[in-house]
Amino acid sequence: MPSAPPDGQPVPIDGSLPAAALAELADGPRAFGIYVHVPFCASRCGYCDFNTYAPGELAGATHESYVATQKSYVDSVLAELALAARVLDGAAPTVQTVFVGGGTPTLLPPEDLARILAGIDRAFGLAPDAEITTEANPESVTPASLRALRQAGFTRISLGMQSVAPHVLALLDRRHTPGRATQAAEQARAAGFERVNLDLIYGVPGERPEDFLASLDAAVAAGVDHVSAYALTVEEGTRLHARVRRGEIPAPDDDVAADRYLAAEERLTAAGFTWYEVSNWARSPDSACRHNLGYWRGDHWWGLGPGAHSHVGGVRWWNVRHPAAYARRLADGHTPAQAREVLTVEQRQVEEVMLRVRMADGLALDRLSEPGRAAAVRCMADGLLDPHAHAAGRAVLTLRGRLLADAVVRDLLA
Amino acid sequence: MATEPTRPADAPRTEPGATDPARIRNFCIIAHIDHGKSTLADRMLQITGVVDPRQMRDQYLDRMDIERERGITIKSQAVRLPWRVRSGERAGEDAVLNMIDTPGHVDFTYEVSRSLAACEGAVLLVDAAQGIEAQTLANLYLALENDLTIIPVLNKIDLPAAQPDRYAEELARLIGCEPDDCLRVSGKTGEGVEHLLDEIVRQVPAPVGDPDAPARAMIFDSVYDVYRGVVTYVRVVDGRIEARDRIRMMSTGATHELLELGVISPEPIKAGALGVGEVGYLMTGVKDVRQSRVGDTVTINARPAQTPLAGYKDPKPMVYSGLYPIDGSDYPNLRDALDKLKLNDAALGYEPETSAALGFGFRCGFLGLLHLEIIRERLEREFNLDLISTAPNVVYRVVLDDGREVTVTNPSEYPTGKVAEVYEPIVRATILTPTDYVGAVMELCQGRRGTLLGMDYLSADRVELRYTLPLAEIIYDFFDQLKSRTKGYASLDYEPSGEQKSDLVKVDILLHGEPVDAFSAIVHKEKAYNYGVAITSKLRSLIPRQQFEVPIQAAIGSRVIARETIRALRKDVLAKCYGGDITRKRKLLEKQKEGKKRMKMVGRVEVPQEAFIAALSTSDTSSDGKGSGGRK
Repeated sequence: MPSAPPDGQPVPIDGSLPAAALAELADGPRAFGIYVHVPFCASRCGYCDFNTYAPGELAGATHESYVATQKSYVDSVLAELALAARVLDGAAPTVQTVFVGGGTPTLLPPEDLARILAGIDRAFGLAPDAEITTEANPESVTPASLRALRQAGFTRISLGMQSVAPHVLALLDRRHTPGRATQAAEQARAAGFERVNLDLIYGVPGERPEDFLASLDAAVAAGVDHVSAYALTVEEGTRLHARVRRGEIPAPDDDVAADRYLAAEERLTAAGFTWYEVSNWARSPDSACRHNLGYWRGDHWWGLGPGAHSHVGGVRWWNVRHPAAYARRLADGHTPAQAREVLTVEQRQVEEVMLRVRMADGLALDRLSEPGRAAAVRCMADGLLDPHAHAAGRAVLTLRGRLLADAVVRDLLA
Repeated sequence: MATEPTRPADAPRTEPGATDPARIRNFCIIAHIDHGKSTLADRMLQITGVVDPRQMRDQYLDRMDIERERGITIKSQAVRLPWRVRSGERAGEDAVLNMIDTPGHVDFTYEVSRSLAACEGAVLLVDAAQGIEAQTLANLYLALENDLTIIPVLNKIDLPAAQPDRYAEELARLIGCEPDDCLRVSGKTGEGVEHLLDEIVRQVPAPVGDPDAPARAMIFDSVYDVYRGVVTYVRVVDGRIEARDRIRMMSTGATHELLELGVISPEPIKAGALGVGEVGYLMTGVKDVRQSRVGDTVTINARPAQTPLAGYKDPKPMVYSGLYPIDGSDYPNLRDALDKLKLNDAALGYEPETSAALGFGFRCGFLGLLHLEIIRERLEREFNLDLISTAPNVVYRVVLDDGREVTVTNPSEYPTGKVAEVYEPIVRATILTPTDYVGAVMELCQGRRGTLLGMDYLSADRVELRYTLPLAEIIYDFFDQLKSRTKGYASLDYEPSGEQKSDLVKVDILLHGEPVDAFSAIVHKEKAYNYGVAITSKLRSLIPRQQFEVPIQAAIGSRVIARETIRALRKDVLAKCYGGDITRKRKLLEKQKEGKKRMKMVGRVEVPQEAFIAALSTSDTSSDGKGSGGRK
């Protein structure tokens, strides 16, 4: 079951935005991106709380109806694009980044993804050097489909590898075989993708230190230019949560997660990667995911698809989550947005601190309040913020600070 | 206010202010909690016809919710019951009964004694299935000291488990009467209650006083009412108080205009006067029960009495505890609430206090642990306050090397070094227990530094044990322990019995090197280690990990006697923070920021309020069964 959306204010039925938000989009220096949410998966993994639906979880529940839902999904996304173009009414700059996530985008045929890309280009124009990423599950791509995706304009692919340890994959309900992810990464590179990411998950109950080291080594050996590594989070409402609650499997241990993180930092650094966000490492600054950087820098983006979140000029909104409800709203000519929030100056500052501190280039100290700056000095004394960066006017986490980033953020916002 | 019921013209005058003392009977009911006093009172209200059957509700006289829920009576009250004798040589005679309800708990012994002093007779009510309990025994002795006529009554004879013959023997032996003299009633069914009322008229002496002397009336209760101000309950001993009089309190000399006087039956009924032997209420518009204290004598300002009635005492707190609002901004509300409760509770004392750990609060003095619990519960329930109360402690008298004396009501004020002698209050405790549990009770009392004074068999299977015990040892979980070791059969009563010199030390608890005043305790030297181990391990499990390692130490002076360590927190970061996570995470942050306000800082250690509450709660510490010192 996906986690509940936040509370918010109602959205005008035509999806229109406050003039100030549009002005910020038109005049500001910030980049503009598009996120596309594909809410389909072949099966639901026990730890996942994303807004995604496996066959059987949607009405009809036959293979045909599932495929039909997928077809109508693409039409709905194109309808939302048209609505986005109306709402933004020329205020949007050309699109710098596209990120197709899910769910499992590669459950859709490459030509469907190509139709969506073409739609984006028609609506807003894609910048010539745009970064266009899709997420993919290792088992849902082939050399041919990868070539087709590259052909369709995708420049970057992010593969959910998670681990090379069979018992870890099994606990996560992942369907691919241990060697498949790195093989898919190599096939992606062969298909012309220069930018390939592998996602890892650590701290899974039953995972041994050597399991994670082996996963890291395999990712490095696959020749990718980007690795994300996430501590397993047991989200409420998931099967995993229920199993932990029932005592069938132990809850992930924070101390173990901390050890794994340090191992990731060590292995990846040794292999030539550099962290640029708490959970992300890249081989070079150019390898960093520009789309994600946009999230953390407060850039604008429009999120297409069921449950997708958007941000334009200090307004955040999120779409209804169910594919059917999403399709119906668009068919009626209404915005699929469920609710939104118009951020106050204070909230934007909170978000800026919260997001920027997680990044390797950190946060300018002058963005902090007076007590926040005093807290920064204390954090530095505690070894959580880097003294050199502090001297240069920035709050940048040390390695220990990265593991305690949330605590640092709370301090800086005190 | 209800109006006075009309009476036939030929009936003798029984209205307030005009009742011949010879027709008046003032009595109280002495009973243990659960022995059915309130139910019996309910039946009396019904049978005498003062409460309409449709308006009858259970425990009619217990006004406060807390009283009704706990089944105990905190504030006594007097109800005037008209009664025409049904049988016997006095059949047909009209009488006026004043039933004076007495509080049923050891903490309120003084109030009990004043209620008893307002009566000529007492109904000794004992559950026919359980027999007499320690407190009842203590109150019985008080009644006998006050020369009251005792009417022994076995209640709940309708119960299958009732053994009236057996307990009639026990009662007869205690009061020196015949088993046949014990009346048998059921408050529940009403059986025997009419006969009991007749017997009260027959056995209890009528009040005697000088109607022409200057007025003297004893205050046996004083209640603050939001709408009417202080309502003072009095028993007129001599003379007469009229509605237009200006009254004078003899202990302070303060005078007040009377706004109203009357009787309770069981709703207030305005009257013109109260005469000798009568029991009723006075209203003066004063807003503070301290102006109208239990035990004081009321006289008439125009013609004052020279000598007050005997027995007035200032209530003296025996147990202290710090009360702190969980939300610091509630401090003014706590002050207002205490001010309001004080209006109704002359025994409640408090002074502002600051704790490094808990912030601003009040050190409050109570008559005992039940008094503390009732006040705390009322503050939380009636005033909607969330409170932390520090572990209760007794008052210590500390003599320093230089001969100076310090009275310590708060362990954190215990003088450091140079202590020559420490004195702690002791009590004389009476415990009634089935013979089977004598060993278990003795073991408990021994473990609490008790000294056996004596032991008597009440009957073949019930024993009265008398002990001297430090008060500090019983204000915690002693009663709970006693109950659990005797399967609930033992009962306890105690009275202050001076002080004793003891080998006491102050144990401090240090968090990351900082003493936490709220956890300091004065304990017996031999129990200091157990206390230290118990509280440090408890705190270790309650305080969340911090960004640094936090040692928790228990120390006597500079000597550490126990130590635990909270390991440093290593990870506190959400793995993912992408587009859809931002709003959620910001809201979480805002919530955490609110949560941080509920954290108390001890040095650099963030301690959740819940940890303080849990660490200070008695229930948890007592359940670990280690049975350490006074703080346990």
